[in-house]
Amino acid sequence: MAAGVHETTLGLDHRKLAMWVFLGSEFLFFGAFVSAYVLYLDATAGGPGIEIFDIPFTSISSFVLLMSSLTMVLAHNAHVRRDMRRMRMWILATAGQGAVFLGGQVFEFTVFYREGLNLTQSPFASGFFVLTGFHGLHVFVGILLLLSLYSLSLTGKVKPNQDLKTEMIGLYWHFVDIIWVVIFTVVYLIPELAMVD
Amino acid sequence: MSHSTTTTGRRSVFSRPTAETGFSSWITTTDHKKIGIMYFFTVLVFFFLGGVESGVIRAQLAQAEQSLVTPEIYNQAFTMHGITMVFLVVMPLSAAFFNYLIPLQIGARDVAFPRLNAFSYWMYLFGGIFLYSSFLLGGAPNGSWVGYAPLSIDSVSNMAFYAVGIQLLGVSSLAAAVNFIVTILNMRAPGMTFMRMPMFIWMSLVTNFLLLFALPIIAVALFMLQFDTVFGAQFFNPATGGDPILWQHLFWLFGHPEVYIMILPAMGIVSEILPVFSRKPLFGYAAVAFAGAAIGFIGFGVWAHHMFTSSIGPVARSAFALSTMFIAVPTGIKIFNWVFTMWGGKLRFTTPMLFSIGFVSMFTIGGLSGVTHSIVPHNAQQHDTYYVVAHFHYVLFGGALFGLIAGIYYWFPKVTGRLMSERLGKAHFWTWLLGFNLTFGPMHMSGLLGQPRRTAVLPGELGGTVELYNLLSSLGLLVLVVSALIFLYNLVVSIKSGVASGPDPWDARTLEWLSASPPKHYNFDVIPTISHRDEFWHRKYAEDEAGRPVAVPAGASEEHGDGHDDRGEHIHMPDPSYWPLVMCLGFFPLAYGLIGPIWPAIIVGVVWIIIGYFGWIIEPVAEGDDDDPVVEDPDAHRSGVAAH
Ligand code: HEM
Ligand SMILES: [Cu+2]
Repeated sequence: MAAGVHETTLGLDHRKLAMWVFLGSEFLFFGAFVSAYVLYLDATAGGPGIEIFDIPFTSISSFVLLMSSLTMVLAHNAHVRRDMRRMRMWILATAGQGAVFLGGQVFEFTVFYREGLNLTQSPFASGFFVLTGFHGLHVFVGILLLLSLYSLSLTGKVKPNQDLKTEMIGLYWHFVDIIWVVIFTVVYLIPELAMVD
Repeated sequence: MSHSTTTTGRRSVFSRPTAETGFSSWITTTDHKKIGIMYFFTVLVFFFLGGVESGVIRAQLAQAEQSLVTPEIYNQAFTMHGITMVFLVVMPLSAAFFNYLIPLQIGARDVAFPRLNAFSYWMYLFGGIFLYSSFLLGGAPNGSWVGYAPLSIDSVSNMAFYAVGIQLLGVSSLAAAVNFIVTILNMRAPGMTFMRMPMFIWMSLVTNFLLLFALPIIAVALFMLQFDTVFGAQFFNPATGGDPILWQHLFWLFGHPEVYIMILPAMGIVSEILPVFSRKPLFGYAAVAFAGAAIGFIGFGVWAHHMFTSSIGPVARSAFALSTMFIAVPTGIKIFNWVFTMWGGKLRFTTPMLFSIGFVSMFTIGGLSGVTHSIVPHNAQQHDTYYVVAHFHYVLFGGALFGLIAGIYYWFPKVTGRLMSERLGKAHFWTWLLGFNLTFGPMHMSGLLGQPRRTAVLPGELGGTVELYNLLSSLGLLVLVVSALIFLYNLVVSIKSGVASGPDPWDARTLEWLSASPPKHYNFDVIPTISHRDEFWHRKYAEDEAGRPVAVPAGASEEHGDGHDDRGEHIHMPDPSYWPLVMCLGFFPLAYGLIGPIWPAIIVGVVWIIIGYFGWIIEPVAEGDDDDPVVEDPDAHRSGVAAH
């Protein structure tokens, strides 16, 4: 890694810079969805609205997702120390927590569906499912990346000195987490608080 | 290219293709120059199609109360015309220039991610093919390129093709934007600071940042449209409380920056050409650069001027009117800088110079009629009339396209090693200028007299003057067709038998002219070290006491090199690859599946793309043991890039 630093104009590896640039774009992607969701908070067309959310349940799965950022950091650390065994362990742990989060989301969606909230119900419902669905898709892609990192490191395709790969996937993973914090706050918490008063 | 030990001996599907000539060398290429050329020729085909559609429009409107085509066909024609010209002609033509020129102008051997670059091209080509296949599959989109809901969620408007097709093109542009931003930020030759970058590089950087931030917004809007049309979501359905104005906000939040995405590259091109043919440096370099950046910023704050006649409220209306007038300031700065660049210069009226001057003047007209839009009561009068059509064609055609054509004539010798015929070039220019003004000039008048746009039949009650204007417009298109044929003829003849140009036919200023014409595969034998803005010029000329340029004796410029003279021996360029093409092919089943929805096709597409992606990352690289898409620099002090 060290050798790569001063070769580029900005002293950053191309791939890392590309990831930052790309995530800048992703930020606006979610920003636009979140705004649409907020716009349609009350457009429930007589169907269920935010009262349907189960805040404690979603808090738990959100907590799991947040913890996965920690294991991601540990995986990167292990990789930097060239401890591939630990690195793989933490990668699996991260992917596992991501899977738990996704499972929670799927469960939540089915519950909502049974209670009458589905994509075609109302603008509110469309906004909710498409926003959280796209976030789930991002988590899913992240899990695929983690698993491919895992298997490529087993076959020796990802080498101990290539910790940049783990760092990159980590950047993406942290971003997806941060976006979830925003979504959880704006979508679940704030309207809930507003309802109380 | 040469292979290092890791790739030879391996005989799996993952070994990389090696063809250097012929068809397979093109479909597997990762060379930015070849990709630029592929963009260019693909654009010509789509320009022809977009032209045919404008022909349908103009034939229909040539006389009042005509019905050569049904309103249905008419709507498809202007919708596909707008989509084609914006997404399949002007934007990719800019991309052709980005591809060819960015590495050459910043003194690099390729872009940061050569395979991703090939991926962008294939996504563009396939997105275009996908959109046009709609003609064979039940009809093209006919809800206009702005796709206003709720018309666009109506199943008869065929807008599902629009929602998916533009999305594919967006993926292409987003990948390219990331690639070019990293390339410009991170691969400049030693010594090339921001304030020494060629102006085209500046404008490319701003444009690609605009793309980066505008594309996700249209992506969101298109996803909503897609979910509404195909999966029954309710985003824009007023019946359940959906708000069509949301579409308009999202569309124009993208759409207005989009206008600058189309115009800024042309501004960059003209800023390169005017100094060369005025024999003066660009006047107010810093002002031009910062004005470009300012246009980029303000461009995101004015979108709602497209919505004055929808219900956004008087406060919002006034705010957006103000911000819109504001954006004229940096634009005006640029125009003055171009004029002062020419002022007192030794002008040479070559074809690229003529098109550049055409750009400045036509764009100014378009800009002025644009300012009148920002006055809200004016806007109410002009809204959706041919006045608007005149305005945006002066900006996009008289502006963007004139600038891009200037670039074609200017860099043709770099790409081919030959000059284009000046005689034919001038014939092209004058007929183009005449045809353009004849076509779009009268539209100002017919618009003010009340001719509505997007209306299939020209109503006779508008009166004989409006009919006359429309006849002139349609005749203007014929002149444009003749002119385009002259251009095409010039292109073909000059590629085959143009006069040899040598590396620097224009006595130019920027780095690309330092390399051979056409440039070698690896662009530069030695990566140049930069100590001036207009580096190449300073290698050729010094200034005497009076500030006049004096030729520097040949050979002296070598001193500016960094001394690593490997003459190409150790230069490893990225090998060709099948994977960008293979991965892109997976988007076909996915895209058609999404229109249905046809779930098996969607699944096939997704699996295909994932497999393509794995092939891509597993594929061995040309050099080192890292599957690193980064271009390896040959210089000894840089060879450590791959070894982390
Ligand atoms: C070849 C010469 C061209 C002719 C004769 C032409 C003609 C027209 C006409 C008559 C319309 C009016 C449709 C309507 O509103 O009823 C139109 C629309 C449009 N044109 Fe062109 N045009 C030409 C080139 C271009 C170019 C170079 C661009 C560059 C981007 C462009 C972009 C557009 C757009 C965006 C629309 C709006 C389509 C819509 O309303 O959906 N055109 N064109
Ligand atoms: Cu605008």
